[in-house]
Amino acid sequence: MKNLIYILLLLCVSISLNAQQIGKSTYGAFALTNAKIVTFNNGVVEGTLMINDGRITSVGADINIPSDATVIDCEGKFIYPGMIDAGTTLGLNEIGAVSLTQDANEIGDLTPHMEALTAVNPNSVLIPVTRVNGVTTVLTNPTGGRFPGRAALINLHGYTPQQMYAGFKGQTMNFPSSGRRGRWDRRSDEDRKKQEEKNLKSLKTVWDQLQLYQQVKNNLESGDRLNYNPELEALLPVYEGKEKLIINVNKKADILSAIKWVQDHKVDAIFAGVADGWRVADELAEANIPVITGPVLNYPSKNSDKYDRPYANAGLMHKAGVKVAIRTNETENVRNLPFNAGFAAAYGLGKEQALKAVTIVPAEIFGMDKEIGSIEVGKQANIFVCDGDPFETKTTITHLFINGWNVPMESRHTYLYDEFLDRSPGLKN
Amino acid sequence: MKKYIIIISLLIPIALFSQQIEKGSMLIKNGTILTVTKGTIDKGDILIKDGKIHKIGRDLKATSDMEIIDASGMFVMPGIIDAHSHLGIDAVNEATSPVTAEVFVGDALNPFDIGIYRALAGGCTTSHAMHGSANAIGGQCETIKHRWGTEDPEVLRMKDAPRTIKFALGENPMRVHGEGSGIQPATRMGIEQVFRKAFSEAKQYKAEKAAMINGVGPLYNERMEVLSDILDGKIIIHCHSYRADEIVMLMNVLKDFGVNKICFQHVNEGFKIAPELAEFGASASVFADWWAYKFEVYYSTAYNAAILQRNGVITSINSDSRELIRHLYHEAAKSQKYGGLSDDEALALITLNPAKQLGIDNRVGSIEEGKDGDIAIFNVHPLSVYAIPQYTIVDGVVRFNINEDPDDMRLYVDPNEDIQTYHYEAGHGHDHDHDGCMQDVFETGLFEEKH
Repeated sequence: MKNLIYILLLLCVSISLNAQQIGKSTYGAFALTNAKIVTFNNGVVEGTLMINDGRITSVGADINIPSDATVIDCEGKFIYPGMIDAGTTLGLNEIGAVSLTQDANEIGDLTPHMEALTAVNPNSVLIPVTRVNGVTTVLTNPTGGRFPGRAALINLHGYTPQQMYAGFKGQTMNFPSSGRRGRWDRRSDEDRKKQEEKNLKSLKTVWDQLQLYQQVKNNLESGDRLNYNPELEALLPVYEGKEKLIINVNKKADILSAIKWVQDHKVDAIFAGVADGWRVADELAEANIPVITGPVLNYPSKNSDKYDRPYANAGLMHKAGVKVAIRTNETENVRNLPFNAGFAAAYGLGKEQALKAVTIVPAEIFGMDKEIGSIEVGKQANIFVCDGDPFETKTTITHLFINGWNVPMESRHTYLYDEFLDRSPGLKN
Repeated sequence: MKKYIIIISLLIPIALFSQQIEKGSMLIKNGTILTVTKGTIDKGDILIKDGKIHKIGRDLKATSDMEIIDASGMFVMPGIIDAHSHLGIDAVNEATSPVTAEVFVGDALNPFDIGIYRALAGGCTTSHAMHGSANAIGGQCETIKHRWGTEDPEVLRMKDAPRTIKFALGENPMRVHGEGSGIQPATRMGIEQVFRKAFSEAKQYKAEKAAMINGVGPLYNERMEVLSDILDGKIIIHCHSYRADEIVMLMNVLKDFGVNKICFQHVNEGFKIAPELAEFGASASVFADWWAYKFEVYYSTAYNAAILQRNGVITSINSDSRELIRHLYHEAAKSQKYGGLSDDEALALITLNPAKQLGIDNRVGSIEEGKDGDIAIFNVHPLSVYAIPQYTIVDGVVRFNINEDPDDMRLYVDPNEDIQTYHYEAGHGHDHDHDGCMQDVFETGLFEEKH
């Protein structure tokens, strides 16, 4: 009897300890049956999606379900590929105004040797909050300075950065701009122009140094010693066209200037932000540079602009022939990626293309389309199950798989809801 | 006599330039009408006469002079109301003292703010132009109607709307005054004492005025006048707040001074003390999903609105942002994802409930006969992510029409305005602008912004 009480007490303790923790994910063989499966190469397939050992192993109407598989009946539900946010600071930053919880922005203008993956906190409270909205994968970016560092694509599940790593890294750059940095930027036109020229000049210096560095490095003879230079070493693959460079650029004049710079230096570039993309959509299409645009839910860049430009930007660029992915550029509200896509869809991009802009298109841009971005046999099992249109706020996501792990639909936000909806004690004990 | 002539001649220009508020008549035909208070009417008509909703029904007839909007296949809802905005004002924060009750944002109205038109393009017809959150007792606020096109600040005012004032708790007043100037309040304890001191002084001021003999009383003090009006229940408090403890603190202070008209703003931890808020009769105006941008909102949940609503607290969803105010219908829709509110409940979050919080629900916030002709018309249901506003109507006057919507809608081009002014708000996780409440504080150069 005494033992029983002891066990009960222990149970109580463990339950209360677990109250604010995410449950464990499960792995193995899963059969998601009776579902409408949204694929890009075969349309909507009605039937079963099989997952085994982290991968999608079959998709179709007549599929034998192994006896050891966990069966999830998806009657009346849809299965979509997990959404990819192609630009965030998730995992690097935690609380906006608390600087010691911010790891995205290292000191210095030239810090390409900073590795975002190093500072991804797998236990960030923001991560479960994000993934339960169907976002399974994000690019997380270092920020600040000319060359902030190397961004990393991560799956939103795992206990170490390496477990989360989704196979793509790319250098990042903030292109020199003559625009104001914000309402508070009170520099004169002339001062800003001067600063821009200075920045472009220092960019040229970096490239000259890279040229020299490459020459020296290629002509080293045994016994020669090359001084430790992590900045140039990190940028060398970009200089040699072996690594992609994600260039943040927004203003029309800057976009045109960046296109020229990319062509002159034969850089394998991706443009990000691109708020003014609609003003130079043809030039972007002509240059054949893929774009990661967003946030879509944003304020127009000029007072004279039509109110809907940020919503319509993705659609206008797509129409001109630009390859467009959508990002939130968010941290704590990366979960709003489906709504950013929904607004872009409504304002000209269309539902199908908007879905692609948060799945297969970013996968293609990162060269990861063999692994993620659509529901195809052999790809990583990054999928979610829901009861309607994935962009609608009324839709409920019921199941989530990341890299084959069946992830609980839990987060701080759901726990607080469960605890406080009908609080105990209430008003009077 | 000469004196009178001077006064009259001074008054003439004022009379000449003060515009009449334009009031329209129109018939909106054959729409799905989401009344918010009286259910949904399929294929219904709304007749607006002289700026007021005259009749709601079927097969209503327009007179020949009336504009007719064919809303077939469209969704018609009450004009959206934002209980927390800083649009249409030239100054936000008088960040010079923990108590600045005497200042009034209504003295700094700016009808040229393009943000007003952009809010209209999101179906929003009324907003609460608020003082910022730098001070524990900030300035008085103004409820404005989005009568875009007027150049007269007077026309923006929603006449007869109750007076409101901004209070603020927590990090902002602590940061500005404690950290910034080395004076109280630097803590949440200090903030309580700011309120107790101000209210006690106002009580004394009132008593001295009441005891006035032969016109000799206390020296006139505008700050004390305003605080007295709060004590007398003539002003609704709108209090910037986040944490549960500080909200309970202010309710305790208000109880001690017999004040009960209060709406807590932001109130991210309101869900933790929803029963206490309901018992006090306090209302709550929240973000749909903003959190984690500072420590006091780290323990938040997007289910806040649903929990408050289910516990009997009158709840609204606000913007506090010139971007968010453009899609409050979408922000309200998030309460269906986070907590499963019904369509009517979700729509009330941005119509009837903010109207109640501003004390203007007798005039706006639902589609009812006798109320103002403030209407938003959408192509599909406004709670769908694919909703696009088609017409926005204020006092029976079309102020936004998607079919007649040139790119540049500025009323006035400032010759000093830099055409290179760009607003690249890179997601509010990065831009720090989402604390719209702190506008002006760091721009004055008084304080260095701390990220």
